[in-house]
Amino acid sequence: MKKKIIASILIIIFLTGGLWFLQRLLMPKYQGKIVEGAMIEEYYKETEGHDVLFIGDCEVYENFSTMTLWEEYGITSYIRGSSQQLIWQSYYLLEETLKYEKPKVVVFNVLSLKYNKPQKEAYNRMTLDGMKWSMSKVNDIKASMTEEEDFIDYVFPILRYHSRWQELTSDDFKFLFEKEPVTVNGYYLRTDIMPQGEFPDPMPLDDYSFGENAMMYLDKMTALCKDEGIELILIKAPIEYPYWYPEWDEQVSSYAEENGLTYINMIPLSEEIGLDMSHDTYDAGLHLNVYGAEKLASYFGQYIVDNYGLEDHRNDPKYTKIYEEKIKLYNKMIEEMNNITEEE
Amino acid sequence: MIFTSAGFIAAVIIPAVLYYLLPKKAQWPLLLIASIGFYFAADKRYLIFIFVTFLAAYICTILMGRIDLKTKAYIDSNKDKITKEQKKEVKGRAKTRKRIFLIIGLIIALGILCVTKYTNFVIDNINLLLKDGSKIREMNIIVPAAISYYTFQTCSYVIDVYRGKTTPQKNPFKLMLFVSFFPLLVQGPICRYDDLAPTLFGEHKLLEKNISTGLTRIIWGYFKKVVVANRIAPAVIALTGDTDTYKGTFVFVAMLFYAFDLYCDFTGGIDITIGISKVLGVDVKENFNLPYFSKNIKEYWNRWHISMGTWFTDYIFYPVSVCTPMLKLSKWSREHLGQKIGKRVTVYLASLLVWFTTGLWHGPAWNFIVWGLMNYVVIMASQELEPLYAKFHGKFKVKDKPLYGIFEIVRTILLMSMIRMFDCYRNVPLTFKMIGTMFTKVNLKIFSDGSLLGIGLTAADYIVLAVSFVIILTVSIIKNKRGHVISDNAFTLRYSLLALLLMGVIVFGAYGTGYDMTQFIYNQF
Repeated sequence: MKKKIIASILIIIFLTGGLWFLQRLLMPKYQGKIVEGAMIEEYYKETEGHDVLFIGDCEVYENFSTMTLWEEYGITSYIRGSSQQLIWQSYYLLEETLKYEKPKVVVFNVLSLKYNKPQKEAYNRMTLDGMKWSMSKVNDIKASMTEEEDFIDYVFPILRYHSRWQELTSDDFKFLFEKEPVTVNGYYLRTDIMPQGEFPDPMPLDDYSFGENAMMYLDKMTALCKDEGIELILIKAPIEYPYWYPEWDEQVSSYAEENGLTYINMIPLSEEIGLDMSHDTYDAGLHLNVYGAEKLASYFGQYIVDNYGLEDHRNDPKYTKIYEEKIKLYNKMIEEMNNITEEE
Repeated sequence: MIFTSAGFIAAVIIPAVLYYLLPKKAQWPLLLIASIGFYFAADKRYLIFIFVTFLAAYICTILMGRIDLKTKAYIDSNKDKITKEQKKEVKGRAKTRKRIFLIIGLIIALGILCVTKYTNFVIDNINLLLKDGSKIREMNIIVPAAISYYTFQTCSYVIDVYRGKTTPQKNPFKLMLFVSFFPLLVQGPICRYDDLAPTLFGEHKLLEKNISTGLTRIIWGYFKKVVVANRIAPAVIALTGDTDTYKGTFVFVAMLFYAFDLYCDFTGGIDITIGISKVLGVDVKENFNLPYFSKNIKEYWNRWHISMGTWFTDYIFYPVSVCTPMLKLSKWSREHLGQKIGKRVTVYLASLLVWFTTGLWHGPAWNFIVWGLMNYVVIMASQELEPLYAKFHGKFKVKDKPLYGIFEIVRTILLMSMIRMFDCYRNVPLTFKMIGTMFTKVNLKIFSDGSLLGIGLTAADYIVLAVSFVIILTVSIIKNKRGHVISDNAFTLRYSLLALLLMGVIVFGAYGTGYDMTQFIYNQF
């Protein structure tokens, strides 16, 4: 009997250990060309809190250089961004982040208000897989799942990714237990240049009103920030495409006014920011490259320093060493990215 | 609900855990609740059909039981007063009265089956005879899940009660559980009341042996179903779906693939059913006995879908063979056609009915009927050829040679697989045509020119299938020789292999949607 008990324990360890290992092996590592799926989990490596927290889609994680905010203003900031981050995902990410720290300012990019219901599993995965387990993650999954998805696949991702055994590469083994950083404080930088081209004309919509579900999460976000004593700033990044309709802009303006929030539509401020879209974008105007992101961070940093009285931490010993390392990483990434660009 | 759905797995795990936590008296009621819940989850509209079938069976068998009791009481109390002939007469009258309830019970159960499953088939066939303007419109009828299985199971119970073989179950809830026991509601098998009842309604302790055997069967079943059947099924669909491209040797490949697919799907499903039942302490009879080791078709049908084969034998073949009109026909044939032909007439007719209904039971389509009739033709032909075989074996002493045994096995597999192509193409003339191309358009290049990589299977898939084939064959050979694969005493080995197999199923199983990172279009977020 004793032997059987010992054997049972060992077999259970073998089974669970084996499945855990296989799950790690089979989950996408996002260390190659597509890196967006690795962003969310990078946050948990942070050792200190931040003054400013950005939440939203690529219009935040590709457009604001967190290191410029540090270098020019001594602002500590983090972008909890992910591809096509839907507003409920932003809300639950904010809720989760507040368990770890309490930023003074939260910046939310409003483009995702246009989505009222779950969109694509692939994007859900890139946001949700990296989150640590908490009620925020559970609720986030429930809010995000498309009809084809199952909750159980999020609990045991091996059930979703098992078929990747056919596509395993050396990266899957190399990054099995430790991944390389793909962002610096959530900012994903690119150094290549592709001037902005012509965008297609905006398609007229049947209804310009934001959906009830999306607005409900904006309400929740506003309430959460108010409850926590955090300033919520709504922004629309200075990107012209996907098209930001004036009707949408009006709705966000009215909402901000009604709720005492700041809303900045940066599209008309492009010149004031100093953006040169023949140089400051890497994909013909859809996202900024590092040159543009630094200009935008410089502009926005000044705005929040002026209006929210953020402390300059550049001489704070708590941060100096940490940010020294981060700046090194930032410069290394720029160098590496330049090398890649040159090779291409 | 399918075996591989998360819903099915949850619907099994939750009752299985509760089963051993609750007092033993609550075990079978829990199974009844789980079964009703299972059926309700599949589609709540189904419940009414299964309930009517159950209710008719319950009332009819209770009334038959009462007739039996009354008859017995009458005979017992008048033991000394009545003669043997009078006793026989009383029994005969009772049987006639019982027969009314038998017929009512069967008409209701089979009526529901026929109306739901076969109405549109009948309409379609009538329409073939009608002109365009006068065609009858097809009806929108739902076909309750597992109706063929539970109807046949219920009918066998009603007939067994009529025959006095089974005592009627007085507790309606217990009978409802027999009719609706959820592991059987996916792929059968068709269980007999007397086989199932003792363990179904019994009280069960949590026994390591039951859990061990049950888990082994469940995981082995999932391996066959998820790793093999689910992987190969799309290739079969591709090969049989495009008949212009995939003819000749492709048909041969499709035939072998479908043989492997069907075997793994069906035996895998039954393994899961038997395994789940075993975990609950319920013994479900085996439905397969290594059918691909059969040396002839008759043997094959004794080893494949055993519960269906024995059902048709017990409830159609035998009663039809000995019914009064058939006995009269037999007598007439012997007198007018001679002993040799005469004695065959009833067997031929009863077998024809069996195979016609077997085909129809599989589905309301001519391809299934023709499939059944093809089996009939082959079985009858091989029966007729038996003297010839005997002569051959008398002359050439090859019967006991291992190679000849393998030849017989391969011959049976190929023959059965070929007949099964009616199931694949679902069109009788097309099936004959495609089988014909197998012989007229031989093209062995398809094995080397990459054509077989264009049917939904990658090179890696072929490796998984080949390894799985070797595993299944090895296990089957060991089972055939020793009767079991791993000894019950080899605790550590059994569970270690099970753990490995489970990991294999999870990783190599073909389930869920393939994760494709290429679907991320960078500029759309």
